[in-house]
Amino acid sequence: MNGALGGFFDIPSDLQHSYPGLIGLHLREALLPVLAGLLLALPLAQLCVRLRRLYPPVLAVTTVLYAIPSLAFFVVLIDYTGQTELRVMIPLAVYSLVVLVPAIVDGVRSVPEETLAAATAMGFGPVRRYLQVQLPIAVPAIVAGLRVATVSSISLVSVGALIGNQGALGNLLAAAQKYDRPVLAVNSVLTTAVLAILCDALLVLARVLLTPWMPAAGRRRPRQAAGPEPARPREATR
Amino acid sequence: MNVLGFVSDFFGDSAHWHGYDGIPHRLLEHVQYSLLALALAAAIGLPVGLVTGHTGRGGNALALLATAARALPSFGLLVLMAVLLGIGLVPVMIPLVVLAVPPILVTTYEAVRSVDPSPVDAARGMGMRETRILFQVEMPVALPLILSGLRSAAVQIVSTATIAAYVSLGGLGRYIVDGLYQRDYEKVVGGATLVAVLALVTLAVFWAVGRLVVSPGVRRH
Repeated sequence: MNGALGGFFDIPSDLQHSYPGLIGLHLREALLPVLAGLLLALPLAQLCVRLRRLYPPVLAVTTVLYAIPSLAFFVVLIDYTGQTELRVMIPLAVYSLVVLVPAIVDGVRSVPEETLAAATAMGFGPVRRYLQVQLPIAVPAIVAGLRVATVSSISLVSVGALIGNQGALGNLLAAAQKYDRPVLAVNSVLTTAVLAILCDALLVLARVLLTPWMPAAGRRRPRQAAGPEPARPREATR
Repeated sequence: MNVLGFVSDFFGDSAHWHGYDGIPHRLLEHVQYSLLALALAAAIGLPVGLVTGHTGRGGNALALLATAARALPSFGLLVLMAVLLGIGLVPVMIPLVVLAVPPILVTTYEAVRSVDPSPVDAARGMGMRETRILFQVEMPVALPLILSGLRSAAVQIVSTATIAAYVSLGGLGRYIVDGLYQRDYEKVVGGATLVAVLALVTLAVFWAVGRLVVSPGVRRH
């Protein structure tokens, strides 16, 4: 190896993937669970908005589920999934779900009463009101939740390396130790971080495109902001 | 054999209850690492969050910093530090602190910033100094949110300290990592159970602390 960063892209052949291949695998293992989490979270959140009494217990369950360490979760799943990608993806989907449900509920609830009344007065039915009024207004809150879920999901996939080479880019970390090549660990950390930042930026871009009525830059509002604050997602990553 | 069977076997085996690799010792190690990391992260995150929240400045820089820190994969950082610095407490503390600072910092900032401005103005009108305003007006009101930031940091530290066993640290992760190598699934599942329980105990501790220190007037619900 020549120089400090020599062999940066020389992936050991026992990983059975090229560098782009590892990136693709990593993105798939990280993003599919977030998507699954979102698809499950939307109806669940709507249920919580409709049945107010359901929300506190759901919130308690999600807090407890989120506290379960990923490694413990991965380990316990072996009985049910075997050594497949699902073993990594199921916990990640659960974590995403758990982050997204409160974000969506807060977002949908932050829609002002007058807006809803106006929609009803215009003759919107409940479904149309949900799709065309509540959901779009909740987009900033949903995207904020998605950002947290996506970034932590991308970071957590690497832990899969511990349970038998299910970690995509995380497997480079094991290889770095096995072959005593720190460069591979640097590669893994940098690539994962860049992927996370890129996905985060894409989500911010999506929010800007989806909410053309919001001021694009300078979101500095006065301390005493009137009107609904976009709900803040639970500050959570691991 | 299912997961529950493994759990009862693990905890039923008296060999797991004493000695260097016994549950009490590993549990103590795990709690020590977690407390140290939480203390370090709080020592960084709380003051910065309180000051920036009070002045209302630097929010964008803070958000940027938090996003960057969050993007760093903690497991990757852990292995990288271990590869670069060798085995020891320092290479483990770095990723744990990097992991825990953003939630503490951002939540504290948000908590102080979103305090209702009228009591703050009233306090200022009464002639309170800025430090007193921060500690006697803003802090008590912001406390529930600040605690929730500390709570999520603590839970994340507990779960990531498990992974630290991979780079030869002690703690409860030893059971999982060693068990995986020894193909001793009883040990793996036992360790996973212990970590999950510890994380839940952490939640409970923060809940109890919240009941004790948050003023009843501020408590929500």
